[in-house]
Parts: sequence; structure tokens; C-alpha cells
Amino acid sequence: MSNTKIVSPKKDMIFMAILSVVVLTMPIWLQPFGAAYPDLMQKFMIFGIFAIGYNILFGLTGYLSFGHAAFLGVGSYTAVWSFKLLSMNVIPAMIFGTVLSGLFALAIGFVSLRRSGIYFSILTLAFAQMSYNLAYSVLTPITNGETGLQLAQSDPRILDHMSGIVADGSLPTPNLFGIEGIGYSGFYICAALMLISFFIYLRIFRSPFGLKLRAIKSNQNRMGYTGFSTRPYLMTAFVISGMYAGLAGSLLAVTDPLAGAERMQWTASGEVVLITILGGVGTLIGPLLGAGIIKYFENIFSAFNDDVLLNAFSFLPDWLAHPVASVVGLFVGEGWHLTLGLVFMLIVIFLPGGIMEGITRLTRLVTKRDKAEPKSEAHETKEKEQTSAGEV
Amino acid sequence: MSEYILDVTDVDKNFGGLQALSDINLRVKEGTVHAIIGPNGAGKSTLLNVIVGRLAPSRGRVLLGDQVLTGKEPHEINQLGVARVFQTPEIFPELSLLQNVMVPAFAKREGIFKMNFLKSLFAEKEVREHAEHLLEDVGLLQHQDHLAGSMSRGDKRRLELAMCLGQQPKLFLLDEPTAGMSRHDTNRTIDLLKRIKERGMTKVIIEHDMHVVFSLADRISVLAQGAIICEGTPEEVRNDPRVKEAYLGGETV
Ligand SMILES: Nc1ncnc2c1ncn2[C@@H]1O[C@H](COP(=O)(O)OP(=O)(O)O)[C@@H](O)[C@H]1O
Ligand SMILES: [Mg+2]
Repeated sequence: MSNTKIVSPKKDMIFMAILSVVVLTMPIWLQPFGAAYPDLMQKFMIFGIFAIGYNILFGLTGYLSFGHAAFLGVGSYTAVWSFKLLSMNVIPAMIFGTVLSGLFALAIGFVSLRRSGIYFSILTLAFAQMSYNLAYSVLTPITNGETGLQLAQSDPRILDHMSGIVADGSLPTPNLFGIEGIGYSGFYICAALMLISFFIYLRIFRSPFGLKLRAIKSNQNRMGYTGFSTRPYLMTAFVISGMYAGLAGSLLAVTDPLAGAERMQWTASGEVVLITILGGVGTLIGPLLGAGIIKYFENIFSAFNDDVLLNAFSFLPDWLAHPVASVVGLFVGEGWHLTLGLVFMLIVIFLPGGIMEGITRLTRLVTKRDKAEPKSEAHETKEKEQTSAGEV
Repeated sequence: MSEYILDVTDVDKNFGGLQALSDINLRVKEGTVHAIIGPNGAGKSTLLNVIVGRLAPSRGRVLLGDQVLTGKEPHEINQLGVARVFQTPEIFPELSLLQNVMVPAFAKREGIFKMNFLKSLFAEKEVREHAEHLLEDVGLLQHQDHLAGSMSRGDKRRLELAMCLGQQPKLFLLDEPTAGMSRHDTNRTIDLLKRIKERGMTKVIIEHDMHVVFSLADRISVLAQGAIICEGTPEEVRNDPRVKEAYLGGETV
């Protein structure tokens, strides 16, 4: 699973098989963690897709986009429109969501990729905030402004009507040829898509295209004197990651067919940056882990409220329980972002390579202890280099 | 087609008030090794920068065969067949040695940009074997999986040589390829450069080490304060009094 060594396709297939088993059995092994309910697991999958797509850009090319939530939003709006106009089937919704986000990324990338480094980040941020504001103002006919875009009984749903699917009294739900987009079936739809997305992502990582992206990150200057025009490569990576975000956005609409502009806000863009860094930028599965962990703790922490806290601290004397609860209360519920910020700071300071670096360090520690015979200094540095060349 | 592969005509380069190059004329015959020598700050690297498109000349033009290089982007110039080794090695520090050599090989095969991912996936095996061969050529094959950034300076230079050689350039520019190398490494590099000479690749080489220059070059240009003060065969240059004065400073060669 290394980035710098050539990996045999067979190993990759084994890796994919293991990942599939782990993902598809989530409803079982997540139970002890209290996270085995479909809503949350769908979020794991969706934000996993968002994050691996983001990693194609940020992890491989090093270009830090601060506007990827815009593509998430475009994906959601498009999907809801597809539900309204065409069909409640998730397939057209996903296709249109992905393609339109890709086109949108093409436009934003065209301008933003004229600059690199901090200027690129600022440009993407500016575009995303512009999209967010437009969604609230000028584009209200398309986005339904603050209320958000919703389904209605009276929507045309042309394809559904043509094929004779007529909704009864209640609002129809998104489905895959009758398989519901929510609940456990919804989770398996999302899981299947995540695995397909991951497979493509794996192929990109392994391909010469991925190698060239990594070369751009490593030394863009050299790339030019090597005969590659870097812009089209960056553009391709940007559009692909925009499409991943679009797919994630349309899946969000599948789980809950309502699209609001807040999905495009800069905090949402920041979240995917955070997920990727937390998991490990440029590593294969780091972003998946990051997405899982952040969504899991967001779910747990934000469930706490003042009463729950007071209960938890009821063993303390009253005069102490209240202040303690209110201090802790700053970090949970709505304040969960504060905790997230702290954890993020710790990670960036102590584990800049994210969780994946932590895992690598741990395994190195364990394997060292196993063969704990003395080694010459030179030998050890050599080994270190090789391990760092072979990080996941 | 002219008999010169590289033709630099009347090139000036100003940096603000500083005249880094003035009225440079340089012609290099196909298949020869042309050395450029001169004291530090003479403008040697600046001249290479003008040739590869890093800098636009203030005046004059550069031709590769019949093609005008002036005004083209670095990657276009590379695709026309110009490769360069930099004074401080420009490599991909976060990639393995093997990958470092594979990237330019892909550029040579695929051109400036290619969307066809699958096709280059099929080409990968071939490119990798080619890259292994190149690493063997420069004596780095046993380190192929190491990160390039972790290698010694001499190894980085040899790596950069391999990266450029893999493109089989029509014109190979080398900016002080042995600077900072041990005597042993320098000799290995000279051997390598001699071997490429036999393959008939045209080279322009900037070098301080007179031993290297006189053992490799067919012709030598001496640059001082942005101007070429003398050009000729090694024998002619060695005996030119102006050169002794401007560059060699009385030191015997
Ligand atoms: N990009 C630049 N901007 C300003 N001055 C430069 C630049 N590049 C080189 N110079 C100046 O031009 C002169 C020639 O430099 P250079 O070509 O690097 O000399 P050398 O012969 O040692 O390679 C020096 O005085 C240097 O400071
Ligand atoms: Mg120089």
C-alpha cells in the first residue's frame, strides 16, 4: 500500500476485498460503538466519498482548496431538482449531480488554478462564498433561498409518471428502482457507491496520472522543465475531486431530499480539509478514517445537552456540578466544534501526518520491539528512510 | 537545416540596471560538447535560463535547429528536445528514485498533456524498465525505492542526470554537474558523461573543474561579466592570454 513503491494489482484487489468486507459489515461491528444506525453509517460513506475525492486534489497535488463545499451544494441542489423534475430514482440524480458539479469545478478551476499556494486557496474560498451568497439571493428561484429546496406532492417527476409510478398521499422517497434510499438499504446503496468511488480513487493513486500529480506536488518547477504542462493535470484533478464532492452532495440529498445553501458555507469546506488532515493527507485510507471519526464524534458530542451533562455530574455536590457542567458544556452540543478545534490543533502539532502517521509510528514501535537487537546507526537510518518511502 | 543545433544570436539580458548578458552569440554543432567557463556571476546560468525559457531575453533570439525557442514555455522547449541539469539539483524529493526517472520518461512518450490514463497505464511497465536501466547507468539502481530527498547531493545530481538522459534530448544542458561532488563521484560522473558523448548527444556544459572541461569539451566559450571574451578549442583557450587574465587569474591549467 505504499505511495512510492510499485504495488502489484493483486495486492490492491486483496486490499479492496478487505475494505469491502469491513464496510459492508459495519452494521455489525459498529454496534458496540452505538453507531450502527443507518443515518450515521450513510454519513460515514458520504463524507468518505467527499474526503477521498478531496484527497485526489489536496493529497496528490498539494493544492489546498477551501471551496469544495460549493460542489457538495451543487450536487445536492441538482439531485433534488432531478427528484422534482425527472424521477425519484437516485441514478439520474447522482449522474446529474456529479456531472454538473464537474462542470462547475471546470469553471472555478479555470480561474483558481491560474494561481498556486495561498492565492489558489483564497480564490476557491471566494468562489464558494460567492456561490453560497448567490444561492441565498439571486438564485432563489433555483435554490428556494433560506427555506431550502424541497420536494412537493405536485412536482412533475416526468419519468416516474411516464413509467406509471404515481405517489400516493405522502411525499415519495428517493429510491433505487424501488429500493429505499434511507434505512439499511440506503446504507448499502451508499456503501456500494463509496466502494466504487474508492476503487477509482485507488486506480488514480496507482496510475501514472497519479504519479504525475504527486510530482507536481513535489516540485512543480521541475515538472515544467520535464516537459509537462502542469495546468491541465491540475485541472483534471480539480474536476475529478469536484465530481466526487458532487456525488457526495447528491447522496446527501438521497438520504434527506432537502438542499439548503448552508451546505455550501465555508465551514463545510473547512470540514473536509479537517477530515483529510486528521486522517492523513495523501494517504490512501486516511481520509476515510478521518471522515468516520469526525462524523462519529460529531454525532456523540452534539447529542449532549445541559440536562444530560448535569445528570452525568450529579455525583458531584450541587455547587460544583453546575459550574463543571457549564464548562464541559462549552465543548459539547453546539460547542462540539470547540473540541474539534482543539483535537485538530493537537494533531497538527504532534502528528502532522494525521492518524495514518500515528498508526505507522505505532507499528514501527511494535516491530522494533519484536526484533530488539542492537543495530548500527547507519542501518537504522536506512531502515527509516525505507519505511517513510513505504507509507500507506 | 543549419549545421548548428543550438544557435544563440545577439542575446542581451538585463536585471534592472545589471547587464547580466550582453551581445551573446553562441553556436553549437550537432554531436559536440561545448563548455562554458567563467568566474562566478559571469552570467553562465543566466544564459541557460534564457535557452530553456525560464527567462525571456531582453534582446536577441535562440534557435534549436530551425525552431525558435525564444518566447516558448519551458515545457514546450523541453518537448522540442532540450533537457537541463540545474546548478542546485531539481528533483522530486518526495518520490522514490525510480519514480523520479519515470516521470520525465512519461513526458517524453506522452507530450505536454495526455488524458488517456489507461494507455499510459499500459506503458507503465515499459517505462519502469527503462527507468531501472537508467538508474543502473548512473549507479543508483540499488537505491531505487529510496526517497530522492534523502539522498546525498552527489546522488541527487546523478539522479537528475538520469532523469534527463531518459528523455534522449537533442540538446542537453548541464549547469555545473560535478559541483560539490567528491573526487571519486566527479570521476564517475565524467565517465558517465564520456559515455553519453559517444552516443552523440549534443551537450552544453558549464563547469568550474578544468579537469572535467578539458577532458570532455570539443569547444570552449569563456564568459566574463556577461560577455563572451573568447571561444575556441581547448588548446586555443588554454593559451589565450585574455582568458588567463580574466578567468584563470594567472593559475596554470
Ligand atoms: N533572476 C535574477 N534576478 C536578478 N539578478 C539575477 C538573476 N539571476 C541572476 N542574476 C544576476 O546575474 C548575474 C549572473 O548570474 P549567474 O548567471 O547565476 O552567474 P553564474 O555565471 O555564476 O552562473 C549575477 O550578478 C546574478 O546576481
Ligand atoms: Mg551559475
